[in-house]
Amino acid sequence: MIGRLLKRLSIAEVLLALSVLVLVVVVAVPVFLIFWTALFVDGSMNIDDIVKILSEPDTYEALKNSIVIAAGVTVCSTILGVFFAWLVSRTDLPFKNTMKLLFLVPFMLPSFIGALAWKMLLSPYSGYINKFLMNTFDLADPPFDIFTLWGIIAVETMYLFPFVFIQVSGALERMDPTLEESARISGAGLLTITRRITLPLMLPSIGAGALLVALYSLAHFGVPAILGNEVGIYIIPTKIYEKLHQSAGSFTAIRTGTILASILVISAGLILWAQSAILKSGRFQVIAGKSMRPMLLKLRGLKYPLLLVSVIYLAVTVLLPTATIFLVGGLKTYGLELTMENMTLDNLKYILFEWQMTKDSIWNSFYLSLAAAFVTMLVGTLISYVIVKMKIRGKFILEFLGVLPFSVPGTVIALGVILTWSGKFGINIYNTAWIIFVAYIARYMAFSLKSNSAALEQVHDSLEEAARACGATHWQALKDIVIPLIKPGMVAAFFLIFLPALRELTTSVLLYGPTTRTIGVAIYTLNEDGETVYAATLASVALVIIVIGHFLIKRVTRTSNEGV
Amino acid sequence: MADIRLLNVTKSYGKHRVVEGFTIEIRDGECFTFLGPSGCGKTVVLRMIAGFEQPDEGEIFIGERLVSAPARRHYIPPEERRIGVVFQDYAVWPHKTVLENVIYPLTIQKVAKEEASERALKTIAMVNLGGLEHRMPFQLSGGQQQRVALARALVSRPDVMLLDEPLSNLDANLREEMRFEIKELQKNTGVTILYVTHDQEVALAISDRVAVMGTDGRICQIGTPDEIYEQPIDPFVFRFMGVSNFLPLEEREGRLFVRESAAALDHPIPAGREEAVRKGRLVAGCRPFDIKLMPPGRGTQGVVQRSSYLGPIIDYAVTVGGTELRVQQSIAEALAGGGPLPEGSTVGLHFPDLKWFEQEGELTQAGGAA
Repeated sequence: MIGRLLKRLSIAEVLLALSVLVLVVVVAVPVFLIFWTALFVDGSMNIDDIVKILSEPDTYEALKNSIVIAAGVTVCSTILGVFFAWLVSRTDLPFKNTMKLLFLVPFMLPSFIGALAWKMLLSPYSGYINKFLMNTFDLADPPFDIFTLWGIIAVETMYLFPFVFIQVSGALERMDPTLEESARISGAGLLTITRRITLPLMLPSIGAGALLVALYSLAHFGVPAILGNEVGIYIIPTKIYEKLHQSAGSFTAIRTGTILASILVISAGLILWAQSAILKSGRFQVIAGKSMRPMLLKLRGLKYPLLLVSVIYLAVTVLLPTATIFLVGGLKTYGLELTMENMTLDNLKYILFEWQMTKDSIWNSFYLSLAAAFVTMLVGTLISYVIVKMKIRGKFILEFLGVLPFSVPGTVIALGVILTWSGKFGINIYNTAWIIFVAYIARYMAFSLKSNSAALEQVHDSLEEAARACGATHWQALKDIVIPLIKPGMVAAFFLIFLPALRELTTSVLLYGPTTRTIGVAIYTLNEDGETVYAATLASVALVIIVIGHFLIKRVTRTSNEGV
Repeated sequence: MADIRLLNVTKSYGKHRVVEGFTIEIRDGECFTFLGPSGCGKTVVLRMIAGFEQPDEGEIFIGERLVSAPARRHYIPPEERRIGVVFQDYAVWPHKTVLENVIYPLTIQKVAKEEASERALKTIAMVNLGGLEHRMPFQLSGGQQQRVALARALVSRPDVMLLDEPLSNLDANLREEMRFEIKELQKNTGVTILYVTHDQEVALAISDRVAVMGTDGRICQIGTPDEIYEQPIDPFVFRFMGVSNFLPLEEREGRLFVRESAAALDHPIPAGREEAVRKGRLVAGCRPFDIKLMPPGRGTQGVVQRSSYLGPIIDYAVTVGGTELRVQQSIAEALAGGGPLPEGSTVGLHFPDLKWFEQEGELTQAGGAA
């Protein structure tokens, strides 16, 4: 029956319609409602009101903080990222390959767990490092205060600099060494070459990485929420959270939220536009496709001091916070000294087997991530297929909609789904797991589209056409040829969604109900309620799950790549 | 087996008209070639016959069956057209073995398992891949992959085979070998073949008939390889079939001269071309090998500008009046005449085999593929 209907409607039209429908429902409507709510009051446009809301001290302050933090994080991450990238790809630093992998570890760790650790170490009076320094040197005041703009910038930088690092070290390795060699032959010294040849060639990659950092920092919730909310430092996403929570859904609060969210969407769109412009301008630059052996700077006497700097940096930014989480998570009570006799496994037993709230959160995160990853992967395959492969009228609508998920930050998605699914269209799933599920699909669609379209672009049109010529229908060609060939891309998409969704905080924190906390939300609320030890215990469980997950992906993606 | 007929087929991409009013008949069982420069629309025509593209106007028949008629919203999808297609990039499925690739059309047709594998193995043997059934494509050379593609297109005994530049990714030796095999396969199976290429050598070697297409998607000439080569209808076709020389001519006192020069041609004004001569539009074309070199003073006078030794032949650039000609001479001939001519020497030229054209636009000298 359905088969016959499908045959009558051309498959192309069916797929296009489905794809448009999904993107409209999941992404376009929520974003549209945000803009609509921001701009219109009782059906008429109201600009004065927007200006009024934006000039209120607390919203104005949040905007200012957002810009300061994003700018600070971008500058710091760029400096760190370029420096370390140059160190591992252009010098004779010992253990380069190991160091390169280690610099990517911060990517794996959820930054809000890092923020939690730094709070335990550096909060003015109770932070372990502050206490230690005050006792040792007999200081009256704590030397560090993590609850400041600088504290937030520092912690975010630790977890975001790999964006720049990856872009720049990749570009440095692919750069055609003959460009530098010819400069050298013309008599230029290494410093001149670096300044006049290498750096200008790297600018597009540096710019692209820096903009990515700016985008993440602007939309990021965890670090500023944990380090800023207590002392009244808000940025756009945390302000939206605060407005919604305090006012329990009053219209003014929602409206302020939508105005701030609109600003986020527009900034994100501008950043992405700038990024694609930069990358395009760099496209014809001289980056060779093959890896070649560039000339390496001999560090000589600086070799081991610089290695030591890198190791210390990693120890401080990765090892120290991780260890802190595990140690505090084992404490009998927060504030005790970190000694063996103060440790217990009871916390772990309690949150894993006894406390319903934490048990629920682990289970919720698991099934929500699994379901969202699976559905988003499939829908992403469908949409990418229509965009990459099909020639059909009306495709430009889909191409336009397909860009949307890339530029919608998590907070905005959460606010959008609240507006869409709280009964406005007859469906009210607010406070249920479904609303988080829908939000995850919107949030991770971009990952799925990216991975799937990359895989589909590898499958030349003629492979599918050959199947058609062999007598296969469009469905059969998809099933027998296209899907098997893009399976690695689909598997990659699944894990690219599953792992980040497992530790998601930004979106879920706006959507959770009494029984639908996720791991991220549970850690966050435990911390907010002062249950620091349990927050740390749950965070260590999360870290273990994440590390195992990454390990599994490596194995799975490796075997599925070998299969083809 | 079937013939292919296209009636008034038109196709545009946006505002760009690729094919306009295209009408052609490909006879049952013949090997027909579309020969034309890249971008002339020949692949688009093939893709419309296959059903991968739909024409904007016109009708396409395969055998008695109307397969595309946009005016009547009639369109038969590729899988129902009973065709075999071989692509330029082989399009062998990388996740299937040779046998799995070749057997696929039969699986789709639900041919019984045993018969299917018997037929597939026979076809694999026919393209000389016996013994490689269980290899994966990445273990095969380019030529072998193209044979897999051929076998896959042949195995279901299609009415027509469409080949889109199937040899252009192969090296020269393999290309030569494969074109004989394709010819041989056609003889054995009797299938109608439509072959699309920009390579005039392949076209001449395998075709029963050739259609030469111009850059604007129009057909310049249809004929047997011999007709196309010996009686080109215009300078474009002549140039496309190989290295070519053009001499613009004019008449003075009843004799032909190279235009605006003192170089006389020892050839009477060809019959029926008086009008063109009078208008100053007569052009003579010839191949490098169709020019005989003689001692100075005889024939048309020219000056050797360049002489290159190319193994069995010597290639000269000779200026006659203001026109440069490519002239080729076999080593034996050169030695008989006292060795290769030095650069700068004067030489006599005789043209035993001139093709006559009327000039329309500008002519480029010595164009075409070398």
